[in-house]
Amino acid sequence: MAGIVAYGSYIPYRRLKRAAIAQVLGVAASKGERAVASFDEDSTSMAVEAVRDALKSAPVGTIATLLFATTTPPYGEKLNATVIGAAARLPSSIRAMDVTGSVRAGLTSFLQGIDAAASSRSQAVVAMADTRLGAPEGKAEQQNGDGAAAFVLGTDHVIAECEASSSLTREFLDTWRAPGEQFAHSWEERFSLTQAYAPLLTKTIQDVLTRAKVSPGDLAKVVIDAPNPRAVEEIIRGLRIEPAKLSDPFALTVGQTGAAHVGLMLASVLPSLKPGERVLVASVADGADAMVLPATPAIAEFKPLRSVGRMIESKGDVSYGSYLKWREILPTEPPRRPDPDRPAGPPMFRSEQWKFAFVGSKCTNCGTPQLPPQRVCVKCRARDKMEPYPFADRTARIATYAIDRLAFSLNPPTINVVIDFDGGGRFLGEMTDCEPEKVAIGNEVEMTFRRLFTADGVHNYFWKARPKR
Amino acid sequence: MASKGIKDRVAIVGMGCTKFGEHWDKGAEDLLVDAAYQAYESAGIGPDDVDAYWLGTMGSGISGLTLSEPLKIQYKPVTRVENMCATGSEALRQAAYAVASGAFDVAMAIGVEKLKDSGYSGLVGNVPPNDGTEGSMTAPASFSLLAPAYFKKYGLDPEKGKDVLSRIAWKNHRNGARNPKAQFQKEVSIEAIKNSPKIADPLGIMDCSGVSDGSAAAIVVRAEDAHKYCKNPIYIKALSFVAGPGEGPLSPDYDFTTFNEVVASSVDAYRQAGITNARQQISMAEVHDCFTPTELVLYEDLGFSPRGTAWQDVLEGFFDLEGKLPVNPDGGLKSFGHPIGASGLRMMYEMWLQFRGEAGPRQIKDPKIGLTHNLGGAPGRCVSFVSVVGRNVG
Repeated sequence: MAGIVAYGSYIPYRRLKRAAIAQVLGVAASKGERAVASFDEDSTSMAVEAVRDALKSAPVGTIATLLFATTTPPYGEKLNATVIGAAARLPSSIRAMDVTGSVRAGLTSFLQGIDAAASSRSQAVVAMADTRLGAPEGKAEQQNGDGAAAFVLGTDHVIAECEASSSLTREFLDTWRAPGEQFAHSWEERFSLTQAYAPLLTKTIQDVLTRAKVSPGDLAKVVIDAPNPRAVEEIIRGLRIEPAKLSDPFALTVGQTGAAHVGLMLASVLPSLKPGERVLVASVADGADAMVLPATPAIAEFKPLRSVGRMIESKGDVSYGSYLKWREILPTEPPRRPDPDRPAGPPMFRSEQWKFAFVGSKCTNCGTPQLPPQRVCVKCRARDKMEPYPFADRTARIATYAIDRLAFSLNPPTINVVIDFDGGGRFLGEMTDCEPEKVAIGNEVEMTFRRLFTADGVHNYFWKARPKR
Repeated sequence: MASKGIKDRVAIVGMGCTKFGEHWDKGAEDLLVDAAYQAYESAGIGPDDVDAYWLGTMGSGISGLTLSEPLKIQYKPVTRVENMCATGSEALRQAAYAVASGAFDVAMAIGVEKLKDSGYSGLVGNVPPNDGTEGSMTAPASFSLLAPAYFKKYGLDPEKGKDVLSRIAWKNHRNGARNPKAQFQKEVSIEAIKNSPKIADPLGIMDCSGVSDGSAAAIVVRAEDAHKYCKNPIYIKALSFVAGPGEGPLSPDYDFTTFNEVVASSVDAYRQAGITNARQQISMAEVHDCFTPTELVLYEDLGFSPRGTAWQDVLEGFFDLEGKLPVNPDGGLKSFGHPIGASGLRMMYEMWLQFRGEAGPRQIKDPKIGLTHNLGGAPGRCVSFVSVVGRNVG
């Protein structure tokens, strides 16, 4: 039976305290904080982080499908999943798709991935990520969050099987955003809750439990992604499921992460499942989807590379002002410098392995790793004796650094570092998710996939160093 | 296989240099005309006496027409050269070699840059279409990489390191205050330098050279013809230029406390000129002080100070105007700003004045051998030029 082979999660480093919003806008302060994608992140780059962790944590087989679920695709036209595939070094033989338009994309793409894996006996990678915006002073700004989750789905080495699933679809007006609009609108909550979500969720859960032939008492954990966590408790009680089994919706720590949220919640409960225990997963948005997943004996062996809890703990604050700049809600004075040039198509195409996957070269004559990939060895000068050498998963140490306060950045200063990789190879580039006063020669760093800038609508993705998370 | 050199075969017999600064009232073509005519006049010749021209400019014009049109050069060879911040020096090298080859009797090397018209701060370069992975470090940041590496290697705490860097800027402004052609002609206190707003830690704005417009020119002839044109020519002892393999960002072997390219070009230049002890034999030097840590590292790369000791020489005043080896007596890039194509020739212009005893309040006593150094790029991946010039043959 098809199910989860591996998973990864990603919560960006920065947190915006809700009280900090309230202080600026003079509105009532609510509790907690939300996760904020950094100025150099978007849903694609966050998805890459989650996918890389998932792929690193388990035996990877033949991957035939890549699905990217998001309501905030960086490109409106042009596949975003191709960037994820290139950065994660998925084979070019994959079928890749963006699944967008509704936060429902998270669970529906997961179920599509299960179907694809079951029918093709190969693996599917499902990435879910969102950078959720809300208009200043609105509820969504405070309650939304940014994050990503990824699942490798397959039929071998499964840690949790998809025993049954159920979906319901109804047309009604709840949350909507026209192309080009920055913020979503939503209809009155009471209407969507009482008339649509409560009945849809109830019916879908009843269906999936019937299909799986399990009773509410057989469930060890319940993951429900719905707009109103308090209403969920009532609905669950109606189904005779104990609310104590509900997983944390991260309302106070991360916020609601849209298409990624169901994945993030599922990733957070999987480590606690013992073999044979079942988790019910459901999501409501433009309909409802649900599935039941029993854990297999293999789950005891599986360790996520970075747990959701660890990603929540690893954090630094962002001011409300910076957040408004990063999300381009607050326009700012451009620097007295020329705009960055958009990267060009043919050079990006030629250097796909370097630019997107951070693959350098290693001299087969003298064994020296080097990046970017060279034709003539920097050490022995042998010509064309190179083999590909990936650096993305290697750690490195800072050899020297520069704190650039002149360069234009949405998050000055720009931290430039020269880093030497364990096992050889040097890179001069930017450092991110880091406080400038903490940079020092000898510090250990790891690589992260980021969006350097956007010019003429072209997103310039590349790699940066960050302190080890 | 190394360069053979042209020691004492070529001489500079005329030079010109505009004031460097904000020339809002002049274009690159005006600056070229001004510098060229100063050079013609100082050599006692006219435009028709020059057989060939080498024009250095990075972004203020393309092709020989940039020079031939404003000067109305009558159907003669004009070559435009570019080698980043060493562009002006490269023009001189080409003109000198052309004369040494016997192909021409009289050549002009001239450099120009008009930077202030862009409206941008700092240098602006045109980058070919690329994959977007090269990064875009600003110049101050890329040269500031030297500071933490140097401080760490030689055990300077950040406070001490900052003192050393500030004193370099202080010295150059002190010299520039005695130079009517400098952009900035005011002394600046060490405190003001130390406390200037941070640009690329530990560099403040006062650790950086400025942006300016300017032009400088030299007329080059065979050494045996020099006295037909002037009484006090400059004799070229060595010209060395190297482009590095760019190993700094590639190889952990490079430690960001040196410019390998500068070492290579100085070794080559000293060999051509017969210099065996630079610290003792060189009377004065004009070096590429784009940022204060650059000048600090150059002292060691050029052999003026043993490794790890330049910072002590700085604090002891070894490179001051009254020191044993005055460096940047004209005020350097720090006081002049850096119009790319002109800077290398501006450095040579100071040799011209000093050798002739025309340097006024900053005149060095009896200089015999001078060095100019000019680099382009960044630590670990640059081009470097070193010249050795003398007041006399031999």
